[in-house]
Amino acid sequence: MPKLPALLTRTKPASPGAETAPMHPLDAATEAGLTVVDWIDERTALSPGIRWLLFRKVPRGINWAYTLGSATLFAFLNQAVTGVFLAMYYRPDVNGGAYESIRNINDNVFLGQFVHGMHKWGASVMVILIFLHMGRVFFFGAYKYPRELTWIIGVVLLILTMAMGFTGYLLPFDQRSYWATIVGVNINSGGPLIGPYLSDFLRGGPDWNATTLSRFYAIHMLLIPGLMAALIGIHLYLVTKLGISAPPWLRAHEPEEVVEVVEV
Amino acid sequence: MPADRHKSSSKYTSDRKMPGAFEGETVTRRRMMTMIAHSSGGIAAAAFTLPALGFALGPVFKTQQQAWQIIGVPDDFNELTYVTKVFTVVAGIGEAGQTIAYMRKRNPAIDTEPHDKFNSYIALSSRCMHLGCPVRYVEAAERFICPCHGGVYNFRGQVAGGPPVRPLDRFYTYVHGGYVYIGPRYSVNSELQRFSPRDPGEPLDGLGQYLYPSRWSTPARPPLTNLPAPPPIPGT
Repeated sequence: MPKLPALLTRTKPASPGAETAPMHPLDAATEAGLTVVDWIDERTALSPGIRWLLFRKVPRGINWAYTLGSATLFAFLNQAVTGVFLAMYYRPDVNGGAYESIRNINDNVFLGQFVHGMHKWGASVMVILIFLHMGRVFFFGAYKYPRELTWIIGVVLLILTMAMGFTGYLLPFDQRSYWATIVGVNINSGGPLIGPYLSDFLRGGPDWNATTLSRFYAIHMLLIPGLMAALIGIHLYLVTKLGISAPPWLRAHEPEEVVEVVEV
Repeated sequence: MPADRHKSSSKYTSDRKMPGAFEGETVTRRRMMTMIAHSSGGIAAAAFTLPALGFALGPVFKTQQQAWQIIGVPDDFNELTYVTKVFTVVAGIGEAGQTIAYMRKRNPAIDTEPHDKFNSYIALSSRCMHLGCPVRYVEAAERFICPCHGGVYNFRGQVAGGPPVRPLDRFYTYVHGGYVYIGPRYSVNSELQRFSPRDPGEPLDGLGQYLYPSRWSTPARPPLTNLPAPPPIPGT
């Protein structure tokens, strides 16, 4: 074996601390986790964003009523997750297939009745929470300047939630949901001038037909959830950007320099 | 907010002291490129949005076809009471596409609306004109009663009480070759004048007929040619 130049055979100098005992596995795992987080954070700068979103100043005196918005958000997430998994077994088929698939979910699928029940009852819970949240914002005067746009988006979200309830009610396709939807569509047709065309749009024609159920299904699981997710994002951005309003019973503490002291 | 938001500047780039401005130039080349890029983006977005929108809205503008179908023979019906007939208005979707017609023979003593070849047999739709629930005929009361919100109609299908806004819809009927045929639905106002079919909850008296216009999707009365042939008689 030819003798290699000294430059190539030279061993690396021992790094500082190399002589110490090997790292404890837990410390090594922590170190690995931090390395991954650092790697992502260096490229995305996510942590300032998360700090901006979650570690922000809130006014003194806030209470449990301020958590109703988050509660509504979790109800929405519950609907989204259970809805996605219900879609794995649901079949929007008017010839009895829709009803049979719901019966299959309830009777045969493992935890099917439970997940279906979470979606069904979660819908009511979400509507109740929205109204409680709206009541808190209204009675605390939190909709006032500069939070008017947050309120307006919230009202649009309320309307979209109602539309979700309306379109979702048809999907089990039993007698109750069929006739309730007939009534609901005809309430829409009662609007002057555009009503007749609106109900034609909802049914996909002048009469109940083969595409009505799939139309409602598409609106229920694709169109409105996408809109709602986008609007919830804007709603949360505005909440973070504008901050939370103080409860109305708290007197504003004006800075000393703003208060003018008049000598008499 | 700047104070001079509404201050107008000259439309000529040379007046605005822009470098490289031409005499009489109002849009710089850079701005032109920006406008072209934005409009290409707009055209690309419209290229998938408009067809998708048309796809979703199409049924509003498409006229559905409906044909005459045999509903019975003249002996099935009398002038004194209604016979319940179930028939299909939308094919291929099972029970959801079926509807009920309450049918009887026209009785000149009570049916004062003008007689023509399409109403020798009266066929009332079971669809309540409040919000579309199915009404049932109560023989003893000679009334149609809706289970949902208490709509009541008299023997001719006119509103006798409750929330309905107009009389029960009807179907065209036609007698030919010993059979009674049933055609598409039509709506009536309180004088039983015919209108193209409207959804429930849409009044047709006075202003109502203008506030709730006829729709593009509803079928016209199909021609009387090519009526479906009667079923073959067994043993012939």
